[in-house]
Amino acid sequence: MGDVFKALADPTRRAILDELADRDGQTLFELCSRLVMKHQLDSTRQAISQHLDVLEAAGLIEARREGRYKFHSINRGPLEHIVDRWLERP
Amino acid sequence: MRIYVTSVFVDDQAKAERFYTQVLGFQTKFDIPLGEARWLSVVAPDDPDGTQLLLEPDGHPAARPFKEALVADGIPFTSFAVDDIEAEHRRLEGLGVRFTQPPTAMGPTTTAVFDDTCGNLIQIAQLPEG
Repeated sequence: MGDVFKALADPTRRAILDELADRDGQTLFELCSRLVMKHQLDSTRQAISQHLDVLEAAGLIEARREGRYKFHSINRGPLEHIVDRWLERP
Repeated sequence: MRIYVTSVFVDDQAKAERFYTQVLGFQTKFDIPLGEARWLSVVAPDDPDGTQLLLEPDGHPAARPFKEALVADGIPFTSFAVDDIEAEHRRLEGLGVRFTQPPTAMGPTTTAVFDDTCGNLIQIAQLPEG
């Protein structure tokens, strides 16, 4: 399991999570289009793919194959642990 | 110089002709036998003299791995313009077309992406007016 905080430290990776929170289950193409059109982030597809790998290693997104397509979804589990750690009072 | 034809690689020309005419609504322009394959092209019904879309066999060994890699990443092979993308999305879904991306505003243009059943993803785009 990668580091959630390290994964969240990058603005492009936070923008990826913003877009997946807007609509879950996106192809790499849709994510890249949204990043360039809505966030002016014109990273290469390879760079975005590597960001997705970091987010996936931290458990913040999941990739699922459906037939010939691959869709990316947000996984809020690790974020809930952050809330539990500091915001939940005993 | 003018662009009179563009092409998509299809896995089966007969199936592609059915999909591109009966489902998408294009009409066959030329259907000329050429050995094993056909010179098979379609045009938009309201622009029959416009650019043809050639439904080209994907028999070359490099074509299929290329197509599969694009599809896995959700990348459309080409893009067609529509006047009302929401209506077109509803119409095509009603005909059983599988969308990998529903209509989504990408700046001033709204796009959607669907599977052409012949091994490609295709984008439709509603372009800004004027």
